[in-house]
Order: sequence, then structure tokens, then C-alpha cells
Amino acid sequence: MDSGTTSSSISSKTSLSRSRVPFVETNIPPRYPRNSSLNSGIRRTSKASATTQNFDRFIPDRSSTDMDIARCLLTQARRDKENNAVVSPSKEVYRKRLAETILQNRTRILSFKSKPAAPIDAWYNEPSTSNQISHQKSVKPRRHIPQSAERTLDAPDLVDDYYLNLLDWGSTNVLAIALGSTVYLWDATTGSTSELMTVEEEDGPVTSVNWAPDGRHIAVGLNNSDVQLWDSANKCLLRTLKGAHRSRVGALAWNNQILTTGGMDGMIVNNDVRIRSHIVQTYTGHTHEVCGLKWSGSGQQLASGGNDNLLHIWDVSMSSSNAVPNQNQWLHRLDDHMAAVKAIAWCPFQSNLLATGGGGNDRSIKFWNTHTGACLNSIDTGSQVCSLLWNKNEKELLSSHGFTNNQLTLWKYPSMVKMAELTGHTSRVLFMTQSPDGCTVATAAGDETLRFWNVFGNPESQKSAPKSNAGIAPFAKYNHIR
Amino acid sequence: MASRTQSRDIITLKGSSAIVSEFFGYAANSILYNRGVYPEESFAKVKKYGLPLLLSQDESVKAFISGVTSQLSEWLESGMLQRVVLVVMSRATSEVLERWNFNIETDSEVVKTKGVSREKSDKEIMREIQAIMRQIASSITYLPCLEEPCVIDVLAYTDIDVQIPTMWIESDAKLIENPQMVKLCSFDTKIHKVNTLVSYKNNDDDDE
Repeated sequence: MDSGTTSSSISSKTSLSRSRVPFVETNIPPRYPRNSSLNSGIRRTSKASATTQNFDRFIPDRSSTDMDIARCLLTQARRDKENNAVVSPSKEVYRKRLAETILQNRTRILSFKSKPAAPIDAWYNEPSTSNQISHQKSVKPRRHIPQSAERTLDAPDLVDDYYLNLLDWGSTNVLAIALGSTVYLWDATTGSTSELMTVEEEDGPVTSVNWAPDGRHIAVGLNNSDVQLWDSANKCLLRTLKGAHRSRVGALAWNNQILTTGGMDGMIVNNDVRIRSHIVQTYTGHTHEVCGLKWSGSGQQLASGGNDNLLHIWDVSMSSSNAVPNQNQWLHRLDDHMAAVKAIAWCPFQSNLLATGGGGNDRSIKFWNTHTGACLNSIDTGSQVCSLLWNKNEKELLSSHGFTNNQLTLWKYPSMVKMAELTGHTSRVLFMTQSPDGCTVATAAGDETLRFWNVFGNPESQKSAPKSNAGIAPFAKYNHIR
Repeated sequence: MASRTQSRDIITLKGSSAIVSEFFGYAANSILYNRGVYPEESFAKVKKYGLPLLLSQDESVKAFISGVTSQLSEWLESGMLQRVVLVVMSRATSEVLERWNFNIETDSEVVKTKGVSREKSDKEIMREIQAIMRQIASSITYLPCLEEPCVIDVLAYTDIDVQIPTMWIESDAKLIENPQMVKLCSFDTKIHKVNTLVSYKNNDDDDE
């Protein structure tokens, strides 16, 4: 086939050369066909004959032309097509250009972006991952969230002060609440109430309570800047930490044997409760009262919020690398909130994730990657955020609010879809704490009531769920945002 | 929208665009149902074009089709739409299995001079559309079975100078290599002529 076309092209050339055009100066007689040699298909002979008559009227001297290569190049495209070989990119581009020009380049192909959900392929045999997920979803029943409080207790003389922390639920299922100058213990297993301690009139009222991770010892911050440590089992005072602050201690946070205290003087102090000189470290950064203080589940990072609208993240590992001994530099100073940052909650399933809520002028819940200091999300709640709690069993966040509705709002994380709004309190819901099993939430509000809500699921259905150890979230060490 | 033109035989550009985009919506639903792309249970029966047709009740499908058709009618009115293709792909491999082509020829005179209208009885158009719908329904007899979970995509071939709406992105043609093609009926509103053609993956290699 190839040789046939070649011979025809040569014969056309020869026919051209026969009709000689004038004014073409050549004293060499026109070359006459090499048909005989080409038709025989032996190319060497053709080359040999070319040495004698290697010219025509267009190209007087063909000795420099390699006919074999020329032929090869001329027929290459077709051979490529036949062999399905790879076409050179330039040719491809050329072909595209050509096609575009022929089609006048008139078309643009668009596709609709929001594709419909892929069909649920229950009737196909092979199980795919999405199938399993949808199956799981359908199996899991929608949790019923009771709209009203499960139990309401009277809490007379509860100090209606946004900057205090007067409610805490210990790991031994005992709830501590400070009413005026007295700390009461309410045993959630038996429902019995007892008085732990009462401070002198001039030292009180109590400004903060916080259970140690063991659920036996409790720290009590006082208006006179002292912090007392009590043994709840024997109801005896173990120790009084003095001299850490110059004014009332409104925020407490335990990190194993370290009790971190935040005062109205803006100071944050790490107290080692085991040793005589208990002040081991100080964190200076706040200029106003420290009202929110929480250690991360891993105990590596401390988040502190103050009335100066600042949120600080302090890292344990940074304390050693400081110029001034025992004085820490913050890892991140976050000034996005427009009001006091009291509501602080570390995510139990993502160790670098922190949720914070702002006060009356801010009304937002913000999410932070405490590793990088990036604000991941911010939601305007429309109301003062007094307290935040993560659900330990689901990716949900509960926030407590003040004016106008004094409600609790349950959010789905990370979509931040409102799952429930629980109303009942008639004044701002100042304090929130979670039962050790993570199911029940206790709230104390300015209306002097203590309410219990079954907002995070039923204890019965949660029994199989792994119970987290006191103060330490189960997966805190494993999950990181980045 | 289409009902406005139903009483009279005059077809305006707007009315024609509405007929064509509405047709596409029903045709797409019919394809999804008849080809079994979405489960049978998710469809509800309605009467349209004198035929019982099935419309998907799946929210995401409904939103998708209505989103597509509303944009199509906009393009139809400006005469910039050349072709709409409903692509059925394998969900696992994204291999294109079927392409439902709706080629659209627009009477450019009507687009250029906005006031001009054409005459064609609505009944006649309906009859033509009905024929296409019947053909879509009967296509299951010759189209190869879709043996795996499939997803769909809609491609719109528009003029090159069209502004890309926010919900749309440029795409490749998602062609089928060496396809089998079956031409279906066409319908004509005298402003838009819609030619329907289905191409599908040729499974029997031993024919060659």
C-alpha cells in the first residue's frame, strides 16, 4: 500500500517535469522517471540511479535529499494512526486548533456544580462505604432531648456574678456549689446534701470551687484572695494557699497536682499543692480579672480568659524556655472576643480544639486551633455566653446564655446547627457542669435555682459507652486538628 | 409559564424556552427513573404531556434538576444554548456509560428581534414531546443494563462568550469512546428545535 502511493506521487512529479516551464534556466536535461526502479520496490536501486539523474526542474540537485527519510516523514502520520501510536503533543495541539477552527470555536461546555446525592444503592449487592454509613445512620435513633429540667433545686444566696465559678461536679459524682459564704455538697448518687464549709463573713463570699481530678479534694477560692483545699470525705481543711493573689480568686483549674488559680488582679498562678512554697509558676498577660481557666485534656495547654476580652493559650513546654524564671509567655494571645471571655471548653475528641464564648457585648462562640492560634469558626448566638460544655459522647456543644431567653442551646459540631433550645431559668445561666458520665448537665442561674438537664443522652443508653476518667478526656492525646 | 402559551397558538421566545426547559426536566426525571439510576420508590407519578410520568421526590435530585432547568431557560431565551447532555456515569470509576443528547437549534431571528413570535399549536408540540417521552421509556429494551451504581451529570453546550454562572463550571465533554448511537424523535416549537439522541457504551466487542 505504501509503495503504491509513493510511486503515484513520483509519477505525478514526472508528468509535471515533462511540461517544461519557460525561464527556468537549466542546462541539465530533465530527469526522467525512475519508475522502473521504484516500482520494483527495491529502494537501494533507486538510490543508485539517483546518483546519475538526481534532479528535476524544481530541485536541480537532489543529491543532498534523503528520499527515504522524506518518505518516512511524509507517511508517518498515517502510520501512526494505523499503529495507534502516541501522537506528538505539537500535533495534538495542531489537531485541536484545527478542530476548533472548523467548529468556529463556538462551544463552551458547562456542567452544573451541585451534583445530586448519589443514589443509595441498597439493592446492589456489593456493600460500599457510603452504604454502610447511611445504614449506620438509619440504625442510630434520634436522641430525644427533654425540653425541661429533670430536677430543679433551690439555690438561695447564689452570688449573681458573671466572673465567678461556683459550680463543679466531681469525678465521684458529688456536686459542689457555693452559696454565699458556704460550700454545699450534693451527692448525685444518693441525692443527699451536706455542708462542706463556711468562711468568715470578712473572708467571703466564696468566689470559686473546683474539684481535684481524684474527686475527693476540692479547692475553694475566696474573696480575700486565699485558696483553701478541703478533703470532702472528712470535711476538713487541708491547706490554705495564701499570697498568690492580691484580690479575689474567681477561677480555678486543676492539672494533676498543680492547682492553677486566676485572680481579679489578672494574675494566673500555678500552685503545687504538695510543696510548702506552693507558687511554682505565674502567667502574666491579663490586665483585668481572670474569669475563665481550663486545662486541656492532655494537660499540655492552659486556656485563660479575662475581663480584658483576651484569651490566652499557655503551653507547658514553653515554660522552660523563658528568660524570666517561673514566668511564662503565652503561646497565643487572641483578642477576637469583644467582651469578657468566661466560657471556655476544650474539645474532648480533638485535643487542639477549643471553644470559647464571649460576654454581653460579644455574644459569640468561637472555635480555635490552639496549636496555630487560628480562629476556626465564629457563631453569633445573640446572647451573652456564660458557659460552654462539650458532649463527651457526641460531637455536640452546649452553651448557656443570659438575656433575653436565659436558655441553654445545644449545637451540632462542626455544622453549628441548633439541635435544641432549653428554657426554664428565669435569669442568666451563670454556671454549667457535667456529670462524670457526661449525660447530665447541672446549671445554676441568677434566679437562685440549680437545674439538672438530661441533655447529653440517657444514662441507661450510655452505660455501654466508655466512661472517661476524671478530668482526662479519653481521646485527647490522639487527635489533632493538623 | 408554559400554560401561558397553551391557550393560543402563538409561541413567544419566553414561552418556547419554558417549554424546552420544562421538557428537559421531565425528560431527565424519566431517564433517571427508566434507567434505574435512582431507586423506584423515590419517584412519584404525575400526568404530563398526556402521559403518566415519574418525578423524583429525592430532595437533592429535585434541587439539581430545578437548578439546571432554571439556568437552561435563561440560556434558551438568549439563544446561547446549543446542546444539553445528561451523562450517566459509573459511580465507582466515573466511566461514562450513557449520554443523552438534546441538541437545540434556535431560530436566531426570534432571538435577535425580541418581539417576533411563531405559530404552532401547543397540542402539536405536546404530541411531539410525547413521542420522545415514549421513546425514552422504551429505550430500556435496547440500552445495556446499568449493572453498577451510577451518578449523573448535566453538561450544557453554550456559546463561547457566555458568562459562566456561579453554580456552573467548565467541563470536558465526557465522551464515550466508540459509542453506539440511537436517534430519538425531535420536537420543534418553531423557535427551538430539539433533537434527541442517546449514545451509550458499546459492550459487545465481538460485533466488529
